[in-house]
Amino acid sequence: MINYIIRRIFYALPILIGVNLITFFLFFIVNTPDDIARMQLGQKRVTQEAIDKWKADRGYNKPVLWNANADGMKRLTETIFYSNSVKLFVFDFGQSDSGRDIGHDISQRMWPSLAITVPSLLLGLLAYISFALILAFFRATYIDVWGVILCVIMMSISSMFYIIGGQFLIGKYLHLVPISGYDTGFEAIKFVALPVMVGLVASIGSSTRWYRTIFLEEMNKDYVRTARAKGLSEKLVLYRHVLRNGLIPILTGVVVILPMLFIGSLITESFFAIPGLGSYTIDAINRQDFAIVRSMVYLGSVLYILGLLLTDISYTIADPRIRLD
Amino acid sequence: MTRIALYWLLPLHLLITGCTDEPWNNPYSPQQSDQNIYYDVFSERPRHLDPISSYSSNEYTFLGQIYEPPLQYHFLKRPYQLTTLTATAMPEVTYLNINGEMLEDSAPADQVHRAIYRITIKPGILFQPHPAFARSDSGEYLYHDLDKNDLDNIYSLNDFSKTGTRELTTADYIYQIKRFAHPGIHSPIAGLMSKYILGLNELGATLNSEANASSTKSYIDLREYELAGVQYIDRYTYEIILKEKYPQFIYWLSMSFFAPMPWEADRFYSRPGMKEKNIVLDWYPVGTGPFMLTMNNPNLQMVMERNPNFRGEPYPAEGEDTDKSAGYLKDAGKLMPFIDKAIFSLEKENIPAWNKFLQGYYDTSGIDSDSFDQAVQFNTQGDAELTREMQAKGITLVTAVTTSSYYMGFNMLDDVVGGDSQRSRLLRRAISIAIDYEEHITIFTNGRGMPAQGPIPPGIFGHVEGREGINPYVYEWKINQPVRRSIEDARRLMSEAGYPNGRNQESGRPLILYLDTPAAGPGSKAVLDWYRKQLARLGIQLVIRVTDYNRFQEKMIKGTAQIFMWGWNADYPDPENFLFLLYGPNGKTEHNGENAANYSNPEFDRLFNAMKSMPNGEKRQIIINRMVEILRRDAPWIWGYHPIGYSLHHQWYSNAKPNLMANNTLKYKRIDPNTRKTLRNQWNQPRLWPVITVFIILFLSSIPAWRTYKRRERSSAL
Repeated sequence: MINYIIRRIFYALPILIGVNLITFFLFFIVNTPDDIARMQLGQKRVTQEAIDKWKADRGYNKPVLWNANADGMKRLTETIFYSNSVKLFVFDFGQSDSGRDIGHDISQRMWPSLAITVPSLLLGLLAYISFALILAFFRATYIDVWGVILCVIMMSISSMFYIIGGQFLIGKYLHLVPISGYDTGFEAIKFVALPVMVGLVASIGSSTRWYRTIFLEEMNKDYVRTARAKGLSEKLVLYRHVLRNGLIPILTGVVVILPMLFIGSLITESFFAIPGLGSYTIDAINRQDFAIVRSMVYLGSVLYILGLLLTDISYTIADPRIRLD
Repeated sequence: MTRIALYWLLPLHLLITGCTDEPWNNPYSPQQSDQNIYYDVFSERPRHLDPISSYSSNEYTFLGQIYEPPLQYHFLKRPYQLTTLTATAMPEVTYLNINGEMLEDSAPADQVHRAIYRITIKPGILFQPHPAFARSDSGEYLYHDLDKNDLDNIYSLNDFSKTGTRELTTADYIYQIKRFAHPGIHSPIAGLMSKYILGLNELGATLNSEANASSTKSYIDLREYELAGVQYIDRYTYEIILKEKYPQFIYWLSMSFFAPMPWEADRFYSRPGMKEKNIVLDWYPVGTGPFMLTMNNPNLQMVMERNPNFRGEPYPAEGEDTDKSAGYLKDAGKLMPFIDKAIFSLEKENIPAWNKFLQGYYDTSGIDSDSFDQAVQFNTQGDAELTREMQAKGITLVTAVTTSSYYMGFNMLDDVVGGDSQRSRLLRRAISIAIDYEEHITIFTNGRGMPAQGPIPPGIFGHVEGREGINPYVYEWKINQPVRRSIEDARRLMSEAGYPNGRNQESGRPLILYLDTPAAGPGSKAVLDWYRKQLARLGIQLVIRVTDYNRFQEKMIKGTAQIFMWGWNADYPDPENFLFLLYGPNGKTEHNGENAANYSNPEFDRLFNAMKSMPNGEKRQIIINRMVEILRRDAPWIWGYHPIGYSLHHQWYSNAKPNLMANNTLKYKRIDPNTRKTLRNQWNQPRLWPVITVFIILFLSSIPAWRTYKRRERSSAL
């Protein structure tokens, strides 16, 4: 397995280089260094001298990819791409265009994101699996029919509706929790309760339907029929056999998103004023802070690759028949 | 089931509220309820908190309370006027000719070789507690020679155990002015100030050459460099020497660009490793003002607390005639500030911010278009008043015409709409009539705007009210009010311009114009469609070219846009700050200035040069009237409108008279925390019955399912 993991890490390198290059090109096609400087310096009384000074201070006065005026390797290294993007491979994110240390900011802001995403994931799994099991148990009854109809309705509604509706109902009308905001420690509970609940409700339709399909598929297999034939109660069949085997695709599906939990949720964090990495990315895009956008895209790619690797590993744990060679 | 619900909710409530009788939805710590704290929001994280770099109103919200330039705007008097802050008196201004002889204040600008501003500051003013001032018993600075290893356990400014202070002196003001020339600092007005302050360009060149010669970015001790334009007279007096007469300079002395900066702070923040930990002056300000920033987390909250070293400043005893009856003079003579702490919370979305204001968790609020109808209604006279819901909560509405202009500009370099020909002038005037800003204000701003008659907004010297103040090319005076000229008048002008019914008289082709805008998204579409319809009334086809902001800026700089929308907020209350937007040598395309329309009229430019250095008075007004008349005739802008700011205040919040020029108004504000606590508790009692009802319904609906389950369990296979 170690060999497999090492091989996968080497496979990831060209992907990460590609992501880095594509992000860089896309950003610099849309924004010139002058645009970035103007964005940072403000809109009033910005002179060309101020723009040139800002670029020189941030290293944006160099050629983008190839420095024809330099000698030797410096033709490659004395460029914006090299000085801004190559350090990413050792997770040195450098400074944002507004002068802040990005690594420090990420280390601070991943915790509020995790405070939302981890409970959402755990409680969500509990709720979705429970509902899916109930629907599977009552398959072909009025409970199943109405449950599926409700799921379809719920998955057809925009997540924005759940956010605004949740804030109105729980925060504004019932006065049960604050409408938005965040705090650290135990105080965070009252702030994360609503976004977690909204996230849970918003995904309940699609997730429950998916899990129900998995469970129904398992329930039609021979080993379930055998279990029933030997006289096991339906409850035991469901929990001891169907749930265990149904969890394999569910868990592998969950493992792939585990690393992405750090990245947070863009819309939820914005509406609930959660200072996580999702809002960090959105702010950077709005401010055209290339250094942060580039870092977050790179970090997202690394985490996604890590998620896929973990998924492969989790297969071997969940299903002993699978071996990674 | 009901009991189960209560069992579940009760511990959650206790956990949330810390076993107090506080409302469950209180977003703040229960201990804060009785405290003298002001609560407000901010929607965008400040980019800069270094007073030399900051040039944005959302940053001034914080900087204005921390840094103290020598002057400030009087809180109550209108029209806006300057008064002293740290200065003992208004600056003494001396004008010298080329021979060094003193001139009269009214001397023409071309005779003035030097303008000297002598400023004396009050003794005994102390800086806020800050580690940069911390000294050992032997008097040595504790944190001025730190290296990276010393910062191992330091993550924010609060991690430094020792702080200190010292008295403010003129050296701190001089140090700050020298920072305009610092090669590593980006001040948006450095270019402007280099034009006026003697020796600033030369100092910049010296510092640049030394920085280029040095391989590392080391600390530059600006005390070691001379700046000819700033003279140290004594501990409390200094002079600023300008290269020419620039009366508007005095307004800059009320802005944080000219606030004091202690060299110790610069030295402290320059230590190796500080920047990597984000411990920089741009993040942790150090000033002498009534408040200091004790928590800077722009992703969540910005907290300002009373500066324990603040000297105290008396609340103004004079104001406008109506101020006494409005209650703005109740605190006359009392020492400020009145609040102990201000908490600004990040709210990116309007809806949560608005709802929390209604719940009493913010003391004041603006009104966005989504909540306008809930807050404001217009009476039969057309005046704005609060709805019953707002009145029942004791909320008050305060309105003020802003010192801003939103306008639509013509690129005067364009072949069709630009230029000085009578044909293009008539075309611009016709379009000016056709675009009905009264309708625009009603539809898109809920009536919160005043149609502009020229470039100068109300409240600024030079603005003329009434019949004399209307733009006769667009309005007529009827029944004591300006009335927009009819669309027939505009069509007649189109015919005179050679575009009858919107077609070129010579070629017969329809007239197609282009509006360049960075406004995208569904919200902007309605506005852009409205503009298209307005011009369609003249037979003109308006093509909307939506581009991203950077491409829009590029078009403006290159002069390739045809028609555009722009705006301007006053830097200071002087007509020069608006008329310079149309001064030829400020053209954006040729000179990279703020004249986005690239308008150039020699007569206007000549009058501008005469007007800008004149004191306010009859002579200046006559020149301004002449300039405005030229502008109205040439119509390089469609004058658009001046927005009217609406803000709502809770009944416990007072001394909040709108002051659109002052940035340091937090010290005047007063809060009644007891009333606030009572009303918050009253407004936010949790409603549990819907939750309990839902649990009961769930319980009842699960009974048939349970029966089905039991039946299945009991059933046999055959």
